[in-house]
Amino acid sequence: MEQQFDQHISRQFNQELEMLRQDVMAMGGVTEEMVRDAIAALIDCDTAKAQRVIDLDNEVNEMEKEIDEQSTMILARRHPTASDLRLVLAIIKTVNDLERIGDEAEKIARLAVRLADVDRPRGNYHELEAMGETVRRMLHDALDGFARLLPETAVTLFQEDEKVDVEYENLLRQYYTYLIEEPRSTRRVLDCIWIARALERIGDHSKNIGEYIIYLVEGKDMRHATRKEMEETLSDRS
Amino acid sequence: MNDTTGTKDPIPVSAGSFQHSRNRLRIQDEKICIETRDLNLFYGKDQALKGINMQIPQNRVTAFIGPSGCGKSTLLRCFNRMNDLIDICRIEGEILIEGQDIQAREVDVAEHRRRVGMVFQKPNPFPKSIFENVAYGLRLQGVNDKRKLAEVVESSLRAAALWDEVKDRLDDNAFGLSGGQQQRLIIARAIAIEPEVVLLDEPCSALDPISTAKVEELIIELKEKYTIVIVTHNMQQAARVSDFTAYMYMGELVEFEDTAHLFTNPKRQATEDYITGRYG
Repeated sequence: MEQQFDQHISRQFNQELEMLRQDVMAMGGVTEEMVRDAIAALIDCDTAKAQRVIDLDNEVNEMEKEIDEQSTMILARRHPTASDLRLVLAIIKTVNDLERIGDEAEKIARLAVRLADVDRPRGNYHELEAMGETVRRMLHDALDGFARLLPETAVTLFQEDEKVDVEYENLLRQYYTYLIEEPRSTRRVLDCIWIARALERIGDHSKNIGEYIIYLVEGKDMRHATRKEMEETLSDRS
Repeated sequence: MNDTTGTKDPIPVSAGSFQHSRNRLRIQDEKICIETRDLNLFYGKDQALKGINMQIPQNRVTAFIGPSGCGKSTLLRCFNRMNDLIDICRIEGEILIEGQDIQAREVDVAEHRRRVGMVFQKPNPFPKSIFENVAYGLRLQGVNDKRKLAEVVESSLRAAALWDEVKDRLDDNAFGLSGGQQQRLIIARAIAIEPEVVLLDEPCSALDPISTAKVEELIIELKEKYTIVIVTHNMQQAARVSDFTAYMYMGELVEFEDTAHLFTNPKRQATEDYITGRYG
């Protein structure tokens, strides 16, 4: 069944749903910007940029509250059903994950400020830069899939997230070696571990958003599902 | 990931859409159209309304909800003096519309009812053509100019979102319309004489869900020009269409708030119990 959220007899309801959707996209845009800038701030030693990311987190928190309030209002006043209901529920969940992504980006920005005063490693954090770019793209694709109602996005995000997890494990191993070999850099290496951890979490949250797209479009709960189950669900579509 | 990312059209996001929920409606910011002061109403010895003090804002939809017999229809009928028709009915206190006491001796009831139109539960078209139903009020006022009549009939039917459905059969009998169409015809008839206030007494209780949705959509559009007061048994309807909601119980006004607030966080336990289905 094709979802169309602008075909209600009530024009106001159309507007409310459209507004809600746009707000989620706007919030997603801000979090994506935060992830990108947090990593850029780390690489470029740009404390001003890091500070901006930290400030943006407040904005994201406010957006979460506002979207939740709007969603509550729609549930209370419109009693949405079927795809409308799933849209509102998926939005409430998505917003929760976006807010956490904002928190993780803020964490990275704070660490970037601290690391700006410390000697740079030889590779200038290129491994974190690469991982940061991967999860930023995951977030971008999750939002794009949500906007375009593409459930297939969930499978791609699942695969990407598995890669990010492997990458994270590899990084940890590498950092443990540094800890042993360069005890003087302990502080810096620990901070890097925190950043890697935050990036890995951003990947998880983006993957979650992918699962909500399947719920929204297909009405199937794909949380904690395996990739195979996910693919089967999508191939079963009539 | 999607290799095509970035090559597709960007999803448009309107800037500044994050403002809608900040604009909470508040009675004190509104221009008041109808006001009651210590309104008491008795049917013989029985008191049906007890000390009602309320202010109904202009160009908004105000809904009255409450269990049967709570006085919501009685209160609505006070606004166009329908209770005058009941011999044993006695009213104390004041009812002001645009600052004017509508119970004053010098008020011409017929003229008053022109200013304050009313639509009832069951559509009650006259046994005449669609055209004549809408033109009826104007003819009563002595308007006979054919062009003028045709103009008003068209604009009223358009405003009632019925024009496209009936424009080719204006001379057909109104009884041939469906229930939902008849109710919109009645609304067109009510607004043809350009009232200031439109009172709706359960306008959708005899209609199917689609017709109901159309009438609700119409109500929201009509508030641009008129002050709307609606009595409804259907709480969800009140939640959908109204800007302000009054909860009444046993002749008393229990709570009167902006609808968004009343349906998400009512102040009074009695309201909460009623809207959550714990009443009785």
